[in-house]
Amino acid sequence: MSESPLLTASSLSRYYGPQLAVNNVDFTVHKGEVLGFLGPNGAGKSTSMKMLSGNLAPNHGQITINGYDLLSESQKAKAHIGYLPEQPPLYKELSVSEFLSFCAQLNKIPSSKRRAAIQTVIERCGLTEVTNRLIGHLSKGFQQRVGIAQAIIHTPAVVILDEPTSGLDPIQIREIRQLIRDIATEHSVILSTHILPEVQMLCDRVQIINHGKIVFSDTTAKLSQKMESSSLLITLNAAPMLEELMQVDGILAIDELSKNRFRIKFQPDKNPSQALLEKAISQQWQLMELTSEHHSLEDVFMNIIQQETALSERET
Amino acid sequence: MLTIARNELYRLFLSPLAWLILALGQVILAYLFLTHIDRFMQLQASISAIPGAPGVTELIIAPLFSNVATILLLLSPAITMRLIAEERRNDSLPLLMSAPVSVMDIVLGKYLGTLIFMIIFLIMASLMPLSLSLGGDLDYWLIASCLLGLLLLVASFCAIGLFFSSLTKQPTIAAISTFSILFLLWIIDWSAGTTTTGTSFNMLGWLSLLSHFEPLLQGNVNTSDITYYLILIVAFLSFTVRRLNSQRLN
Repeated sequence: MSESPLLTASSLSRYYGPQLAVNNVDFTVHKGEVLGFLGPNGAGKSTSMKMLSGNLAPNHGQITINGYDLLSESQKAKAHIGYLPEQPPLYKELSVSEFLSFCAQLNKIPSSKRRAAIQTVIERCGLTEVTNRLIGHLSKGFQQRVGIAQAIIHTPAVVILDEPTSGLDPIQIREIRQLIRDIATEHSVILSTHILPEVQMLCDRVQIINHGKIVFSDTTAKLSQKMESSSLLITLNAAPMLEELMQVDGILAIDELSKNRFRIKFQPDKNPSQALLEKAISQQWQLMELTSEHHSLEDVFMNIIQQETALSERET
Repeated sequence: MLTIARNELYRLFLSPLAWLILALGQVILAYLFLTHIDRFMQLQASISAIPGAPGVTELIIAPLFSNVATILLLLSPAITMRLIAEERRNDSLPLLMSAPVSVMDIVLGKYLGTLIFMIIFLIMASLMPLSLSLGGDLDYWLIASCLLGLLLLVASFCAIGLFFSSLTKQPTIAAISTFSILFLLWIIDWSAGTTTTGTSFNMLGWLSLLSHFEPLLQGNVNTSDITYYLILIVAFLSFTVRRLNSQRLN
């Protein structure tokens, strides 16, 4: 990436009273990038999002958006961000088009372009059939779409979405994810969530936050690599002795799960499946099951967090 | 700023509250208007002989406008309570805070929107007294002075109400505290009136909203009274801006 990043935040910290909610967090978002911001509840996700959107001032650190400092040139900086908080900020007594028209004016879209901007955003967010209905009468999914529409109406450089799929049903979640993917083609997106598959589906880069600190920051591909397994599950009706199994090339260790079910750990570069299969047939072990075990993202997530907690405990 | 003001006014008229306040205000004022006319009719015979006696404007319109002030004292907290408190409760404040507008714009916009509603109320309230011009001569300068007084009074009500609305999440709490403060400022010179002698300056009397309003009702336009209201308005508006700004810090 030779271009300078659209949004940089350096060493952000935020206290709530004596409690440190966000500790020395850095962000960089480049053009056209989707950054996932992942963490359990109460880890400091929303606080960070609020700081990036200018709703909360950080105690330390600096935020620059498109070259403008969020504190000293806040209006210019805010013109380049769209923000959807956890609770979509809506006036429930207005109709969708009235509300979006207010947002367009609020974001200083010139009146000649306003109609077109509203029309575009209504189409992109799939709001065509509810344009004239009151926001308060819409379902949660549609309200969320109006919230997203509000965030992208002025075509900001960076769109900040705070848990955009929380509280929706599975179909709505799928639709909103599709919408986010669509938005990501034109805007940079920062997406905070506690749902791991969402990050894997949508994001180019991931930052994991726990107890206010960044514990992992890399591409989604790297995160997936961490998830690749190095173990097999095997069920043999006529199981041999463990020593006999161990002789297969590449096997590091065997857990005996039951009398004839085993977990086999192997060296990552030497998958013994083929060898096991051949041996099972030739020795008539009556193979019933042979599956490679996948670490779920949850496991990886827990691993990273647990490592971090263990580290900090050792320090103290 | 004007965008926010327009939106505020528009949303106000979407709720039944605005219509209810306008309608009930009219009903109460109509009743009071008739009472004042009635009393004037009784007095008319006895005072018509005296040269330089008070006329229709002094006896009907000025007392009526004084009643308007009392009604607004009761009603304006109901209008101002929702300004910021309700936004906070509905979590819609981030919409304004993350838009490219300054906190000053937000506060002034909301203030202006409410003030325009109050002006609409005042226009409707002054229609009835003005209808008297069909039957006789009115002192239009006195009416203008009364209206100026009412406008300044209601503008300071709104500023105080806006500030209290910015303090809390509950519109009711905002309404109650606004009302208490307004009422306190209304009556604060009662004690001052009994303790002071002569024309010496007294602090409590100076603080009173009412003591600055009464001269205007009699047609005395003093810059000191006008300045009092302007100071009050500017002070509470800047308190509100400060309050919203500090909310981002804490």
